[in-house]
Amino acid sequence: MSKTHVTTTINGDAVEYLCEVDQSLLDVLRDTLELTGTKEGCATGDCGACSVSLDGRLVCSCLVLGVEAEGKQIETIEGVANGTELHPIQQKFLENAALQCGICTPGFIVATKALLEKNPDPTEEEARYYLAGNLCRCTGYDKIIRAVLDAAAEMRGAA
Amino acid sequence: MESVQYHAPQSLEDAVPLLKEARTTPSRILAGGTDLLIQMRAGVKTPEMLIDIKKIPELTQLEMGADQIRLGAAVPSAVMDENAELHQQLPGVVEGMELIGSTQVQGRATPGGNLCNASPAGDGAPAMIVSSGQCVIFGPNGTRTIPVEEVCTAPGRTSLADDELLQEFIFPAPKPGQSDAYLRFIPRNEMDIAVVGVAANITVDASGTCTAAKVALGAIAPTVVIATDIAALLVGTKLDDDTLAAAAEMASGLGSPISDKRGTTEFRHRIAGVLTRRVIKIAAARAGERLQ
Ligand SMILES: Cc1cc2nc3c(=O)[nH]c(=O)nc-3n(C[C@H](O)[C@H](O)[C@H](O)COP(=O)(O)OP(=O)(O)OC[C@H]3O[C@@H](n4cnc5c(N)ncnc54)[C@H](O)[C@@H]3O)c2cc1C
Ligand code: FES
Ligand code: FES
Repeated sequence: MSKTHVTTTINGDAVEYLCEVDQSLLDVLRDTLELTGTKEGCATGDCGACSVSLDGRLVCSCLVLGVEAEGKQIETIEGVANGTELHPIQQKFLENAALQCGICTPGFIVATKALLEKNPDPTEEEARYYLAGNLCRCTGYDKIIRAVLDAAAEMRGAA
Repeated sequence: MESVQYHAPQSLEDAVPLLKEARTTPSRILAGGTDLLIQMRAGVKTPEMLIDIKKIPELTQLEMGADQIRLGAAVPSAVMDENAELHQQLPGVVEGMELIGSTQVQGRATPGGNLCNASPAGDGAPAMIVSSGQCVIFGPNGTRTIPVEEVCTAPGRTSLADDELLQEFIFPAPKPGQSDAYLRFIPRNEMDIAVVGVAANITVDASGTCTAAKVALGAIAPTVVIATDIAALLVGTKLDDDTLAAAAEMASGLGSPISDKRGTTEFRHRIAGVLTRRVIKIAAARAGERLQ
């Protein structure tokens, strides 16, 4: 089988890789590039654990082909913190205990970042709807939503 | 899966040799992939070639003209939802597409993919039909134009040939006093498949009399049901409660809905009536606002 050569940008860095056409971007990130922060929950677009930003748009990386990343800008959970300094969203998830097993957390944080870039002051309802495609089996969501709204307030204050 | 070829033509012209190859090589058009990639992984679809259409300019354009609205087949639903003018002109068409999946899915899901996937419960088609959408179909011999309702022929089947693709939708701009709406019922608030979906496009005059109407129902039959009898009933009335009750009763008698975990046949018949009444009211109220 012949592999396709892909040139793309991930978290600001130029990246090249070889992949099969039927490989998802999620598989490329995790298995080829060892960026294992992005998680796989379902591989059918239902859980949001694999959320990444593709040219500024929030998508499920399990429903994107690796070959489609050619020439694109991708942002993953690995690009959220600034070195060892946590992003306010990450900090608020910790402070609010908005995670238990943590499988859903990278997806929630990437999705929350996309939400707050679009809408810095979401209502609780807006936040819940925006994040409806991110499933969590552990927390019951309330702490996650609290963390999201706290992070929003902090980021507005800092701006 | 055997090795699959992937092509992302940059223009319709570049797509022509690939479409010709698709006559003999099992192929699929790739838009947002939110149906196709899942079906490929499940082994339900086994194309040997994928033609990614998202780099073709005509397919990703959304053009709001004075007389017509051109919506590229591969415009993501999130882009439709972000366009305030489209919301104003074709609110029902936007409603059909913005209901799809999550934020993440909406970043990818396209109206062309929704229609060509040809699911009986697809949320996009009913409103595109009542708002008189036309589909421009592109192939090696040029283009042809057909109404949206002539694309899906059976669950999972379309009238497009192996060497054709859906290029764009063209909608007539709504007249003063004309608007549309789409409503569906699902057992949860988000992220589910329509039990029934109903779209209406209503025109009213200054006296509140309905002068033109189109109603279409999804998920109650293998393909969308266009309720011409209901439309005929509405025209000439003031869309009073009695008329709407009669329309609801007619809607409850349409189609051959399935029974499944989301709802029984009886329930679907009833919901079809309820949604029909509500969606006509919404479309009529919007139409009234467009009179000024
Ligand atoms: C979590 C989740 C929730 C969903 N919820 C809903 C929902 O609520 N309502 C709903 O209706 N759908 C829903 N869907 C299904 C899907 O997202 C939609 O049908 C979507 O609009 C498909 O568009 P796409 O661009 O992703 O299509 P693709 O998967 O790219 O294509 C679908 C089919 O159409 C063909 N095709 C695509 N574009 C063209 C074209 N231009 N010309 C010819 N053929 C073409 C492809 O070959 C393929 O067979 C959901 C999916 C997921 C994963
Ligand atoms: S792994 Fe992609 S949505 Fe669940
Ligand atoms: S913390 Fe376990 S799934 Fe969310």
